[in-house]
Amino acid sequence: MKELRDKIAAGKIKSAAVTGAVFEAIKKYEPIVGAYISTFKEQALAKAAEIDKKIAAGERVGTLAGVPVAIKDNMCTTFGATTCASKILENFHSPYNATVVEKLLAADAVIVGKANMDEFAMGSSTETSALKRTVNPWDRNRVPGGSSGGSAVAVAAEMCFAALGSDTGGSIRLPASFCGVVGLKPTYGRVSRYGLVAYGSSLDQIGPITRTVTDCALMMNVIAGYDPADSTSVDEKIAPVPDYLEKLDEPMGKLKIAIAPKLNAGADKDVQNALADAINIYKKSGAEIIEIDMPHLDYAIAAYYVIATAEASSNLARYDGVHYGHRTAKPADYIEVYTKSRAEGFGKEVKRRIMLGTYALSSGYYDAYYLKALKVRNLIRSDFIKAFEKCDCIMMPVAPTTAFKIGEKVDDPLTMYLSDIYTIAANLAGVPAISIPCGFDRNNLPIGLQIITPAFSEYKLLRIAKMYEAQTDWHKRKPPIL
Amino acid sequence: MNSSEYKVLVGLEIHVQLCTKSKMFCGCALSFGETPNSKVCPVCLGMPGVLPVMNKQAYEYAVLTALALNCKIAEFTKWDRKSYCYPDLPKNYQISQYDLPLGSNGFIEIPLESGETKKIRIRRAHLEEDAGKNLHSAGNFSQVDLNRTGTPLLEIVTEPDMNSAAEVRALAEELQRIVRYLGVSEADMQKGHMRFEPNVNLIITRAGSEFKTPIAEIKNLNSFRALEKSINYEIHRQLDEFVETGKTMEMGNKTTRGWDDIKEETVLQREKEEAHDYRYFPDPDLVPVEIKDNRLKEIESCLCELPLKKQMRYVTEYKLTAYDAGVLTAERSTAEFFEQTVAAGGEPKRICNLLTQTGLKLANEKGCCVSELGITPKSLVELTKMASDGEISATGATTIFEKMTQTGEKPQIIAKELNLIQKSDASELEAVVDQVFADNPKAVADVKEGGKKCEKAKSFLLGQVMQKTKGRANPRVVSDILAHKLS
Amino acid sequence: MGKKIDQKQVMKVAKLARLQLTEAEIEEFTGQLIAILDYVEKMNELDTADVQPLTHCLPISNVLREDVIKESLGTEKTLANAPEHDGDFFKVPKILEESSG
Repeated sequence: MKELRDKIAAGKIKSAAVTGAVFEAIKKYEPIVGAYISTFKEQALAKAAEIDKKIAAGERVGTLAGVPVAIKDNMCTTFGATTCASKILENFHSPYNATVVEKLLAADAVIVGKANMDEFAMGSSTETSALKRTVNPWDRNRVPGGSSGGSAVAVAAEMCFAALGSDTGGSIRLPASFCGVVGLKPTYGRVSRYGLVAYGSSLDQIGPITRTVTDCALMMNVIAGYDPADSTSVDEKIAPVPDYLEKLDEPMGKLKIAIAPKLNAGADKDVQNALADAINIYKKSGAEIIEIDMPHLDYAIAAYYVIATAEASSNLARYDGVHYGHRTAKPADYIEVYTKSRAEGFGKEVKRRIMLGTYALSSGYYDAYYLKALKVRNLIRSDFIKAFEKCDCIMMPVAPTTAFKIGEKVDDPLTMYLSDIYTIAANLAGVPAISIPCGFDRNNLPIGLQIITPAFSEYKLLRIAKMYEAQTDWHKRKPPIL
Repeated sequence: MNSSEYKVLVGLEIHVQLCTKSKMFCGCALSFGETPNSKVCPVCLGMPGVLPVMNKQAYEYAVLTALALNCKIAEFTKWDRKSYCYPDLPKNYQISQYDLPLGSNGFIEIPLESGETKKIRIRRAHLEEDAGKNLHSAGNFSQVDLNRTGTPLLEIVTEPDMNSAAEVRALAEELQRIVRYLGVSEADMQKGHMRFEPNVNLIITRAGSEFKTPIAEIKNLNSFRALEKSINYEIHRQLDEFVETGKTMEMGNKTTRGWDDIKEETVLQREKEEAHDYRYFPDPDLVPVEIKDNRLKEIESCLCELPLKKQMRYVTEYKLTAYDAGVLTAERSTAEFFEQTVAAGGEPKRICNLLTQTGLKLANEKGCCVSELGITPKSLVELTKMASDGEISATGATTIFEKMTQTGEKPQIIAKELNLIQKSDASELEAVVDQVFADNPKAVADVKEGGKKCEKAKSFLLGQVMQKTKGRANPRVVSDILAHKLS
Repeated sequence: MGKKIDQKQVMKVAKLARLQLTEAEIEEFTGQLIAILDYVEKMNELDTADVQPLTHCLPISNVLREDVIKESLGTEKTLANAPEHDGDFFKVPKILEESSG
């Protein structure tokens, strides 16, 4: 994407041509993979033409000028609907743009469309979407991962050059790894959440999904930074935003990499082998590998499913059919406006998590569940802090498996939740983590390598990831449909 | 039952609307009586994806008020979500403070009718956002206006230390005075800037044993009058209920009653099936506020002398009557103007009289403060000095004062213009007195004789001198001359 | 802990969450919630008596904004997504009881 951006800016390629090609791809592949809930062909082509004109006239344009990008449909846009893949917001037209959307627009990106996702970002396979079915471009019988499945597929199937996803328990990294692309969850507070429809407020972060690490760095340059509209975004005096592209290609010397063998043992054989091979490549580049134990990570899923659902039960209370969104047709009284609209508008997984969260916060259970989970969270964060005293980064799988079959886990919530075992801890601790392609399994399905670094060290994280990418070509492989 | 057989206990929950420019978590302007739903933005509308950002001024106003109420200020405070569903609460949770209120364990001193004061303990003071308004007048649906949603409210909870409706009213009025003094709230009851919810119950003594009646919380009070009346009504209702049913206070039998201003009674509100489970938890969208010592001292330095203290000081220091002191301290601007004038050398009693009798009347008519009448403390001092020196009479002073507000001219000039300068030249007046003596020999004889006719005759002669000088003689000087000549 | 959630509690929770569930849903959810809560109770293996609860991973406090007025949406835009309105107000079926706050 960076190369494309440079060529457009230099006038060597027309954005109109590129955007046109993207919509041709959409025409061809969307019926197969179903990545988008909505697309904006006219608007996009118009913007592309406008950018080309400006460039030809020598006017200043933004850092993503003319580059077609996709946005997960849980980020508010004033154009089109913002549905969160839910019936309850199917016709919701936001009067404001999310801050990251404003940033993309200011950078003159061309917005292709809103990508499919698990309903309200609750899921690990994009199967809970109430509006669209998305499949994995590497194997149409398998899930793309979730909840940012649409974003990952759009990038993998070349129906855009980069996408924004959101990650609460692995929702960027998991689909990135299942679809063979790069996905970064920034440090909590690095990217503004204003305009991101909230699921787990203390865990949610917006991040880029791209084909290469360089593209990821470019996207981070656009979206990272303090936002006065978000009280949880960090002031640049406390954590300045670097130029993520600077020295990106320079390998990090004297790298200390930590691995947690006990954790890795829970993954499929092919995943474990791919991880081991990746570690070897770093070893050959001069990195030191140490083994650590992160004793509390076993409890991460338990803590997550209490904290995230508790916050979600509160965040989703606003969907009541009164001020916006779906309203039931014939409410008997005002209470039925709430109870029926929500019953009709929400899917099962959403209802389940609202119930779980409500229960965890209710009188008599708060201490046992919610408070306890917050304490476990502290222990998990301590595990990371202690680990980072001894290493520069931690490496582990993204998921215990590669993309599973459609329908395989959707009826057993607990099994589905356990797919998040490697990704969830980074959200609880608020640290940045990336998934980069590191191989394929025996069924030719992509495997992702997860790298985790300390808070606000995305600059380092990207350089470490780039080291590996520079020596491999997994990221250059294309899914069979292309 | 006579009064010695029961004790009244009232605790108050008060919501004070702070007069910041913008709402608590977004930049919408505070409003009253505006077009419905015109002061709403995605944040206070609770749209998907929005986030709250705390208003600094609201926080500081809250701390200032808590300090004025002698509360301990929490060094570390956080925001909690209070969940309940209602159409005027778009997020279906209210951002409030649960277990770490920003102020606690304070007290407010209230004036009693006896002239003494009483301390009412403040349990806690915390910040929260207001909900919108539901209107039920139109047909078989209700209408929702969200203009008020997100307005900053300071919730103050007292201990049940008040023992009569009069004490409750005194607290309400004192609190209104305090928040207006601090400039943190307009506290206009008509506009709903202050809302009161009393919790009332009785301790009844019968045959040597004490019985507590169940607590009743009263809602829907829109004036101090309603506040007082509702408590008196409730006291009698609870007495009657106890005599009839013998029901006493138990866990969970607190009721909520609405005040009907027309029928002047409290009405049991529809019984709810279960108590509210507000499921409080820390709001993950907001970060804690930590107040360091130096910042706290900065805010503390904005505290002014509180009205009751000031009122009592006027009585002891300036020897004003309690009533006059009360009038002067009703509004901070009046009191400050008074103090500035005293500081500039004016005589307190005279200034007080001018301000309370004339100044406030004029200010009321003009709809402004006494300090905005166009009179400076310095010129007011000059006026009162003229009166103390006898240059003008007290009535003259009032007339000049009024003219000063109209023209802004100096008092000496106005006095001359209006011919209000009293004649104080003894020799001049002596001549007049001699003339009056000559014209009224009988009266002179009556005075010299002494006895019953003496005082009447003296007044008559004084009156004659005043007439002859067209009211411009200095009565004091004339009296002295008369006394001297008639002794 | 060790308390198992039952259908009655599930119905109570559904009421708090303002969700109207069918009988089939209540039954299904009860079973699933039991399994999930069972798993979550794993956390009790950890002694957290001396551990502080962590609400935020953020190294920040005192995020306060200046008291400045910003433009509101205006009535039309505010009501644009409302399922029922009359041009001035949001409309709901008549509320008969007093505010529950």
